[in-house]
Amino acid sequence: MSTTQVVEGIDGTLTAQKGSPPRNVIYEWLTTVDHKKIGIMYIAYALIFLLVAGVEAMVMRIQLAVPNNHFVSPQVFNQLFTMHGTTMVFFVGMPILFGFGNYLVPLMIGARDMAFPRLNAFSFWVSAFAGLMLYFSYVGASGLYAAGSAPDVGWFAYAPLTAKVFSPGHSTDYWTLAVFLSGIGSIGTALNIVTTIICMRCKGMKMYRMPLLVWLYLVMASLVFVTVSPLTAAQVMLTFDRYLGSHFFDTQAGGSAVLWMHFFWIFGHPEVYVLVLPAFAFVNEIIPVFSRKAIFGYPAMVAASVGIGFISLSVWAHHMFTVGLGAAANTFFVFATMVISVPTGIKIFNWLATIWGGKVIFATPMIFCIGFLFQFLVAGLTGIMLAAAPFDWQLGNSYFVVAHFHYVLVGAILFALFAAFYYWYPKITGRMMSETLGKWHFWIFMIGFHLTFDFMHIPGLLGMPRRIYTYEANRGWGEWNLIVSIGAVVQAIGLLIFVYNMVHSYFRGKVAGHDPWDAWTLEWATSSPPPDYNFAILPTVKSRRPLWDLKHPEDPDSDYE
Amino acid sequence: MSLFSRREMKFFSKFRSGFVRLFLGAAYCMPLGSSIAIAQSPTNIFDPAATPARSIFDLSMLVLAVTLAIFLIVSGLLLYALIRFRHRPEDAQHEPPQIYGSNQIELSWTVIPVLIVVMLFLTTARVILGTQAIPKPKDALNVTVIAHQFWWEYRYPKLGIVTANELHIPVSSSADANPTYLNMSSADVDHSFWVPRLAGKTDVIPNRVNTMWIDPKVPGLYLGQCAQYCGMQHAKMLIRVYVQSPADFAAWVNQQKQPARQDFAADPEAAEGQAVFMHSACINCHAIAGTAATGRFGPDLTHMASRDTLCSGAIENTPQNLRQWIDDPNSLKPGSLMPAMHLNNHDLDAVTAYLTQLR
Repeated sequence: MSTTQVVEGIDGTLTAQKGSPPRNVIYEWLTTVDHKKIGIMYIAYALIFLLVAGVEAMVMRIQLAVPNNHFVSPQVFNQLFTMHGTTMVFFVGMPILFGFGNYLVPLMIGARDMAFPRLNAFSFWVSAFAGLMLYFSYVGASGLYAAGSAPDVGWFAYAPLTAKVFSPGHSTDYWTLAVFLSGIGSIGTALNIVTTIICMRCKGMKMYRMPLLVWLYLVMASLVFVTVSPLTAAQVMLTFDRYLGSHFFDTQAGGSAVLWMHFFWIFGHPEVYVLVLPAFAFVNEIIPVFSRKAIFGYPAMVAASVGIGFISLSVWAHHMFTVGLGAAANTFFVFATMVISVPTGIKIFNWLATIWGGKVIFATPMIFCIGFLFQFLVAGLTGIMLAAAPFDWQLGNSYFVVAHFHYVLVGAILFALFAAFYYWYPKITGRMMSETLGKWHFWIFMIGFHLTFDFMHIPGLLGMPRRIYTYEANRGWGEWNLIVSIGAVVQAIGLLIFVYNMVHSYFRGKVAGHDPWDAWTLEWATSSPPPDYNFAILPTVKSRRPLWDLKHPEDPDSDYE
Repeated sequence: MSLFSRREMKFFSKFRSGFVRLFLGAAYCMPLGSSIAIAQSPTNIFDPAATPARSIFDLSMLVLAVTLAIFLIVSGLLLYALIRFRHRPEDAQHEPPQIYGSNQIELSWTVIPVLIVVMLFLTTARVILGTQAIPKPKDALNVTVIAHQFWWEYRYPKLGIVTANELHIPVSSSADANPTYLNMSSADVDHSFWVPRLAGKTDVIPNRVNTMWIDPKVPGLYLGQCAQYCGMQHAKMLIRVYVQSPADFAAWVNQQKQPARQDFAADPEAAEGQAVFMHSACINCHAIAGTAATGRFGPDLTHMASRDTLCSGAIENTPQNLRQWIDDPNSLKPGSLMPAMHLNNHDLDAVTAYLTQLR
């Protein structure tokens, strides 16, 4: 069966109506409540911040390339790593993943929009404002003390460094308010995603027929609820400390520095899963299509995802092994943390089994997924090293940890995101991205990634703590840091190829058609880009792969589920 | 304090022998190559010199071996699958057989990781308990560590010594055990005490007392630095631990117990420097035992000339460096909380001459 027939089978209309009155493009985007437009705005805004935070990383790598460097002052360096971390987590990672979720979830469950379209727009604009406010601190935060401009307290802003006495001026206030507002936006979108998934599925799409991407977004959005709330509450408490004389974190008046750590990491660790579950989601969709096989062990994958969600709520204090919580607490959190490797392992094995016996097509989305698989494996294994608390007493807060979590955030999540870009770009824009440029992007970025983050483990093993603006020459860290810095330049080149590919393909790319990858989920059953209403006739599904059923009426999935 | 009974501890210790040994053997070969390349570092965590660092090292070798084995197996299978099951143009017509899953296989790759996790957890618990849940010997040396932005204060309560930035402790051989117990707190923000060759790091937190112990086996100088971001000069909050033979340590203690030198009849410049020091704001922050200077905000200077370094290990303790430091601390360590004293050149020379006499 041809693709067009397949589409007709599900959706009566093929082309958007012509001849509607000309519209004001800017007004249309500013006021839109369409989940696809909001999704695209989320992604675009996150990409801009990705470039900004990437430049910050480059400046830090120049500073650290050689010992006793004077490229930037200590204060500027401290602002750079604070802004880099805060931006990447709150204004790149969260929005880009919410953007894909916004775009894909309604399409994949056969809905016309999110459950609360206007809340969706509100959440986006609040988050966007929060990001702008964080960067406005560079000009607006000097205050009466003229003490610093951008925040310089680190992205986890440990108390009491954030107290008025150690952090005068307004830079910390900008950080607090930006994180607070971003939290409001995230909670709004999470609420929206959960409601959409529970209430808006098309006919026939039972929970056990949802694509795994939808399942993972359900778990991710539920986690955002539970974990962003304490963080947002902690920001309010910190502001009370700074301005109303409360003493939650004010150690000089009997407050507790450790309390802030608990508040932060009960958010901070599940946050890792908030970021990585959507990466799993993309890989879950892409690997089967390019292996030409159904996902292996769908129920096990769902159970593992939900299991990760629950376990991730009980591991936060592994960020606090050196705080002196005592042997009993440390032992408990070692166990909880190590247990999470079991469902994570199940996922890796199921991906392996999906590839096994398939016909693997090495298109750009797939090779990024393969990069993801190997790098996520390494990241998971260094995670086990850090979970062994005594090993963490050495490795914690060293460059080993920095390398470990960048392996997760770049090696796993960013690689999965690149795969998602190459895979869904045709759906979003109607044009294919260049495969040639895509492969150049993959190889250059991968070489840069490994130069940077493989070698970054070593100074950590040699005792280099994180967040130092320079280091002594006699420590034996210099050569490794130089390699790491060179890798950062190579990564930047790869990233520029990606940006060029996106822009170039938008105008010159091959026209994609409805279903360029011969895929199986509902978003490929409508035109590319989809019309405002997504589907003229809401689809009805009988299995997890509705398009497979249509393409193979002789052997539909519904017979086996 | 003890979480597990003696019998349970014994149970944990069994994991030491048997198959763990096997892993350890394999593991020692692996980092050999890398350790040759990185052995020059004075802060290498794989070059332990005290029991806490040594037990972490042993555990880390086991963990490295297990994770390396997992990596080789899983990535080998992945590579094999990707090559073996690649798409071939000659049979592009048909989709491969669709396989939806298998409960037996799912079960096996759930149970095996669970067993590995249990093994790693028990071994890890054993090291945690062996480091954090053992009783303190009565004759241990106590040192109170107080972290400041951006320097370390060391107080020896039983010996009546106060010093800064350079911690002196005795060596602890197996014949003559002399462990040192550190009681740690912070005067301002969070810090972390990390000397990789002696022990893992322990956070130093205001309004809270943390403890750790070390028993260095070999005399020598051990380096480290603050490992929790604490503000502008976090990078230059370095740690120096001087491990000395019992005789050398006793001599050091004797010398540090002396009051500061006060008689400068033979050295008029130092005498003038003393007068300048005692009549300027220096004494608000610095203490010199036996004089009017009793400030506690900055390092104790009673025997400052006996130290090898200035500003928390960042620069060598030479008269030139000292003079520049007094003149403008920000030129050496921007963000340091010591203000520039705006002394004229004459007074600067005099104060430098005085301080260099405080051996």
